[in-house]
Amino acid sequence: MPKRTDIQSVLVIGSGPIVIGQAAEFDYSGTQACRVLKAEGLRVILVNSNPATIMTDPEIADATYVEPITPEFVEKIIAKERPDALLPTLGGQTALNTAISMHEQGVLEKYGVELIGANVEAINKGEDRDLFKEVVEAVRAKIGHGESARSVICHSMDDVLKGVDELGGYPVVVRPSFTMGGAGSGFAHNEDELRRIAGQGLTLSPTTEVLLEESILGWKEYELELMRDKNDNVVVVCSIENFDPMGVHTGDSITVAPAMTLTDREYQTLRDVGIAIIREVGVDTGGCNIQFAVNPDDGRVIVIEMNPRVSRSSALASKATGFPIAKIAAKLAVGYTLDEIPNDITEKTPASFEPTLDYVVVKAPRFAFEKFPQADSTLTTTMKSVGEAMAIGRNFTEALQKALRSLEKKGSQFSFTGKPGDKYTLLRAAVRPTDGRINTVMQAIRAGATPQEVFDATKIDPWFVDQLFLIKEIADELTAAEKLEPELLAEAKRHGFSDAQIAEIRGLREDVVREVRHALGVRPVYKTVDTCAAEFAAKTPYFYSSYDEETEVARREKPAVIILGSGPNRIGQGIEFDYSCVHASFALSDAGYETVMVNCNPETVSTDYDTSDRLYFEPLTLEDVLEIVHAETQAGPVAGVIVQLGGQTPLGLSQALKDNGVPVVGTSPEAIHAAEDRGAFGRVLAEAGLPAPKHGTATTFAEAKAIADEIGYPVLVRPSYVLGGRGMEIVYDEVRLSAYIEESTEISPSRPVLVDRFLDDAIEIDVDALYDGHELYLGGVMEHIEEAGIHSGDSACALPPITLGGHDVKRLRASTEGIAKGVGVRGLINIQFAMAGDILYVLEANPRASRTVPFTSKATAVPLAKAAARISLGATIAELRAEGLLPAVGDGGELPLDAPISVKEAVMPWSRFRDIQGRGVDTVLGPEMRSTGEVMGIDTVFGTAYAKSQAGAYGPLPTKGRAFISVANRDKRSMIFPARELVAHGFELLATSGTAEVLKRNGINATVVRKQSEGEGPNGEKTIVQLIHDGQVDLIVNTPYGTGGRLDGYDIRTAAVARSVPCLTTVQGLAAAVQGIDALNHGDVGVRSLQEHARHLTAARD
Amino acid sequence: MTTSTRGATKTPAVLVLEDGRIFRGRAYGAVGETFGEAVFSTGMTGYQETLTDPSYHRQVVVMTAPHVGNTGVNDEDPESQRIWVSGYVVRDPARVSSNWRAKRSLDEELERQGVVGISGIDTRALTRHLRERGAMRVGIFSGDAVSGDADLLAKVQAAPQMKGANLSAEVATKETYVVPAIGTKKFTVAAVDLGIKGMTPQRMAERGIEVHVLPATATAEDVYAVDPDGVFFSNGPGDPATADGPVAVMQEVLKRGTPLFGICFGNQILGRALGFGTYKLKYGHRGINQPVQDRTTGKVEVTAHNHGFAVDAPLDRVSDTPYGRAEVSHVCLNDQVVEGLQLLDRPAFSVQYHPEAAAGPHDAAYLFDRFVSLMEGQRA
Repeated sequence: MPKRTDIQSVLVIGSGPIVIGQAAEFDYSGTQACRVLKAEGLRVILVNSNPATIMTDPEIADATYVEPITPEFVEKIIAKERPDALLPTLGGQTALNTAISMHEQGVLEKYGVELIGANVEAINKGEDRDLFKEVVEAVRAKIGHGESARSVICHSMDDVLKGVDELGGYPVVVRPSFTMGGAGSGFAHNEDELRRIAGQGLTLSPTTEVLLEESILGWKEYELELMRDKNDNVVVVCSIENFDPMGVHTGDSITVAPAMTLTDREYQTLRDVGIAIIREVGVDTGGCNIQFAVNPDDGRVIVIEMNPRVSRSSALASKATGFPIAKIAAKLAVGYTLDEIPNDITEKTPASFEPTLDYVVVKAPRFAFEKFPQADSTLTTTMKSVGEAMAIGRNFTEALQKALRSLEKKGSQFSFTGKPGDKYTLLRAAVRPTDGRINTVMQAIRAGATPQEVFDATKIDPWFVDQLFLIKEIADELTAAEKLEPELLAEAKRHGFSDAQIAEIRGLREDVVREVRHALGVRPVYKTVDTCAAEFAAKTPYFYSSYDEETEVARREKPAVIILGSGPNRIGQGIEFDYSCVHASFALSDAGYETVMVNCNPETVSTDYDTSDRLYFEPLTLEDVLEIVHAETQAGPVAGVIVQLGGQTPLGLSQALKDNGVPVVGTSPEAIHAAEDRGAFGRVLAEAGLPAPKHGTATTFAEAKAIADEIGYPVLVRPSYVLGGRGMEIVYDEVRLSAYIEESTEISPSRPVLVDRFLDDAIEIDVDALYDGHELYLGGVMEHIEEAGIHSGDSACALPPITLGGHDVKRLRASTEGIAKGVGVRGLINIQFAMAGDILYVLEANPRASRTVPFTSKATAVPLAKAAARISLGATIAELRAEGLLPAVGDGGELPLDAPISVKEAVMPWSRFRDIQGRGVDTVLGPEMRSTGEVMGIDTVFGTAYAKSQAGAYGPLPTKGRAFISVANRDKRSMIFPARELVAHGFELLATSGTAEVLKRNGINATVVRKQSEGEGPNGEKTIVQLIHDGQVDLIVNTPYGTGGRLDGYDIRTAAVARSVPCLTTVQGLAAAVQGIDALNHGDVGVRSLQEHARHLTAARD
Repeated sequence: MTTSTRGATKTPAVLVLEDGRIFRGRAYGAVGETFGEAVFSTGMTGYQETLTDPSYHRQVVVMTAPHVGNTGVNDEDPESQRIWVSGYVVRDPARVSSNWRAKRSLDEELERQGVVGISGIDTRALTRHLRERGAMRVGIFSGDAVSGDADLLAKVQAAPQMKGANLSAEVATKETYVVPAIGTKKFTVAAVDLGIKGMTPQRMAERGIEVHVLPATATAEDVYAVDPDGVFFSNGPGDPATADGPVAVMQEVLKRGTPLFGICFGNQILGRALGFGTYKLKYGHRGINQPVQDRTTGKVEVTAHNHGFAVDAPLDRVSDTPYGRAEVSHVCLNDQVVEGLQLLDRPAFSVQYHPEAAAGPHDAAYLFDRFVSLMEGQRA
């Protein structure tokens, strides 16, 4: 029976900002779902606060609400749009929780909205640990397999302590209920750890519930992805095996598809249990994933958990198999059955089958512990990675080595030179799972560890351990060989060795190895991901490389454009760049090119086989890209390679690609150098007559000191050629400068450290612009809320700028044009300015798509990345204006006065990290970027837009209650007016003695509270930290006190994170929040779709 | 046909197809030469079951999954007493076995049983070739068996064809044996062994059936000698067009109206017994992920397949046969191939695929219950 006829409109809830545990995969799944639903003729209404998503592009849904994903806002949208149904299973835990909450509040019933995809009962059965245990027991009763780990549900610390005895002692696992990505869970080996982890878990769980369970550390871990339709047809789309055994969150594990170490009997047991569970839970139209632990000694199977929704794993499974889970889930939700849905890849066979793989997929996580030096880097059941890379090979070794080099992180590839170190030390280190443990294991193997010793230390399955030995043996052969014989070289390539690795082993240059390899005719072929192991012909060119015999790349006629993506998500290079790449693909396809996408990030829309004409799921290294360019050149004409949209990853390849004769289109490598090299950029600025803060470059402490002495402290120091402000720091004195140079390991004559004058109290401004060689299109001007010195990626900003006048924008435009022209940009450029006093300083220019392109595009309703892609291939801005891709007149610098105000707010991952003592990490913003994602608030006035951005990022701003204020001396003046406003809104102020005194002198009453260092008072007066923990504080303002004092507010800020109390760490943020509170207290905050905003803006422009 | 010596992993090996395409790799399992029909299997698990499935007799099996042998070899999972494939083609054989049930490694087992294999070739290219050109004869040569390409090709072209091959008797039991019912015995079934897999009587035994497994040459008298409540015809190798003996036995069973169930070859026999033709598929169905729709319920099951031939029966209507009306009960959704037959007026049905599922999903296990119901119905 085909689709339901009783549903005409569907509300889809997205997943909001990118956070650890909930990332771009939900843009991928949500975009697929929206497209499917729209193609089915339904009216699609979407809510997602994250502007850097393809799903929030106005073409994807009929009405797109970039509004906070909270029950309040979603209700407003429902009241306005009156959808027939709500699909909550494609927006991660955020969407699911929001839907459940609206169901419980009776909102869905009130407006007659039907939940589709999963019913409330099924969601609860899947998510509630008690109910899920009953499900597993029922399944065991029916089919005789599957059990839960022995466990106890606890609602208080007393329950928790008793529970340990019931389970027979430590270690135990703590799992809070209803948290995302396993937040707050962990292993407790003793009572101290238990109190800490369970205490936090009880707080984090919306139902104040944690589960304690027996330890199954070291067991084998598996996942199955299942789908079920309304006729009770069930398929298992994919099996995934974790390389890292139980104890490491699957998001932080290296994972492998398909499962490698199961016999058919064991696999079928997991499959039977999985199917029985999806039936018992009652997911009747959609997907779920189920995690299992298998005891390696006797095969005992424990069901760990299930997610009754599309997940990170299902995105991975979709990319790994070519079976688009989200797309099919959406079709099932509107009434189709699996056998009615065709398999996209074969076109001839139905979706009611189970994909079979003739290749191996490896996913490796990318961590960002370097950004959080205080955080404990031990991997646990709480997810800590910020991104992932996936690789496909014809065998495990090939896929593994490709995945490791896809991580693009120093040291992520195996190294076989130098002394490995002491075997026992390495084995001991390998016991602790952490970022790069696999490299430690490899060094232990090099140092002589036996397979048994490796297994004993890590519990990694012996088959995987042997594969590592295999890699090491080939490295040994490469080392020992007299010369690089073709057989050995081919064998090394078949096991995934990169030219760079071979070069390192042989003491050669990488390009020399490549030349030898090409001379010997050892080149990769490209195979197709086809869901069926070649049983049927594939219609979809979704490729991966392998050193095998036969290539499947077909000839083509149209000129191709190869777009290089951005690789694994990391802090500073995330989904925003994928957005630009996807846009380029769409725009160039419309312009008549064949588009070829290269990327290795399974979470993204760019790696959906539907996005481009051809997809190469490959690492973004020079070697891998050159081979793809070669293969595509053999297949037909190549118009060019685009490197400026995927962030620093492809940009860094630009010069080398050009040197290898690859046609890099858009901004030339020389122009990129002119913007990135300090000296060259200085000359550009000088020629354009533009000031930059005083600066210099140094490769030694003496040089750095001389520069700092000349320009005066504080100085901003950072390595050159980095993204996301990695290693950037404001240095207030010589002692710290010396330490900084010493700690910076990456400084070399070719990579000097930059020393800049730090502009205190400056307004920072970001500009995105297009330049075609003749004309400048100012895409948008963003005024940062926080002062200069806080990384632009972590700063909130407003567009159009809220305090800059027409004259300022004119200067910005002139400066931008001068730089774009001087550098030689063809496409996008992003420039950061600082306005200090009346001087406009140029901080830096990036000749590429920036992180803010999606935000700017959405705020101004102009597709900048599409325009940039076209300009790269020779279109002019005038032509694009004529075509209608850009507005006929005007640009993002000249928005009409009544244009909506958009506010971007960064989302920080503080709550994810703990130090080794289990305390939270500090939340102070600085010049090094640490946010993982962003939200957008859009409304007619700044205050409301800001309030929405806060609601979207952290939860609503309070409109009344108690505000605690404690600010640094330099901020005391700026605090007075906002504090007065808070009082006017009825807030009770709390302050530490110093701040209270200043407030009092200004006629503002504040209750003095005790500092943490003062401890509890003689009459039991609580300290501010205790008050926060007790839930007695609704808003916190705490600005850090310079360098020495940065730690003073630490306990306050970490308590704020633990209790989710809004915490403002800058006075600018306070001022904005006050405007937001003001807006919330004055009248109703409405919702408006992007389409409505765009219509309004277009009308105003005409 | 196969000769064996212990092969070092780097011993070169050559795979030669009858149309002249050649793949070069390394010896795997036994060293020597072997011939058969080249077919590919897409299952990612269950290599032990595949190797020991008698239906693979005289076939060289190409595994599309690259890693084979990871879980070693145990003594519980084989489907018969020996490996039946005539040759084995694997891309990346395991170097160690990892499973708590493993007793030895797969290459040891292949070598012990003298099965010549080849590893390290582009198995996907070979699979695509077979998909486009159809299943064909193949030879694998290693060690001393390797000679000039033209010479090897001539040998392959001289090997027997699968079409027209009558192989059941070669693989079936020579003597009748009994698999006792597990728990209370409820029924007796006479199972004609045309190449039966061990899991099939097991699945029946689990349902209280005592299974008398009879040789392929069993006559109707032999069948009725065990006083069966039902009769079963198993899977097996070869061309159904040659199975005149079993067809005649089945016609007798149909005539008498004894509950009847057939699997795989047994389905083709039923097809022939009813007067339908059989034909050779281009490259067959071999894997454990095939979507089959039960046309009586509309439900789709994911099933294990291993068949190179199929029944030619009309999908769009009920057919009249000497035994009353018959219809196609199951169909493969990938290519609309007939996957099951049932009589509407007599208690008989069969499926082309493997509900015993070893290896493979258990979705179709209900068919054994259906057989039990038929026998219960007959008794009532």
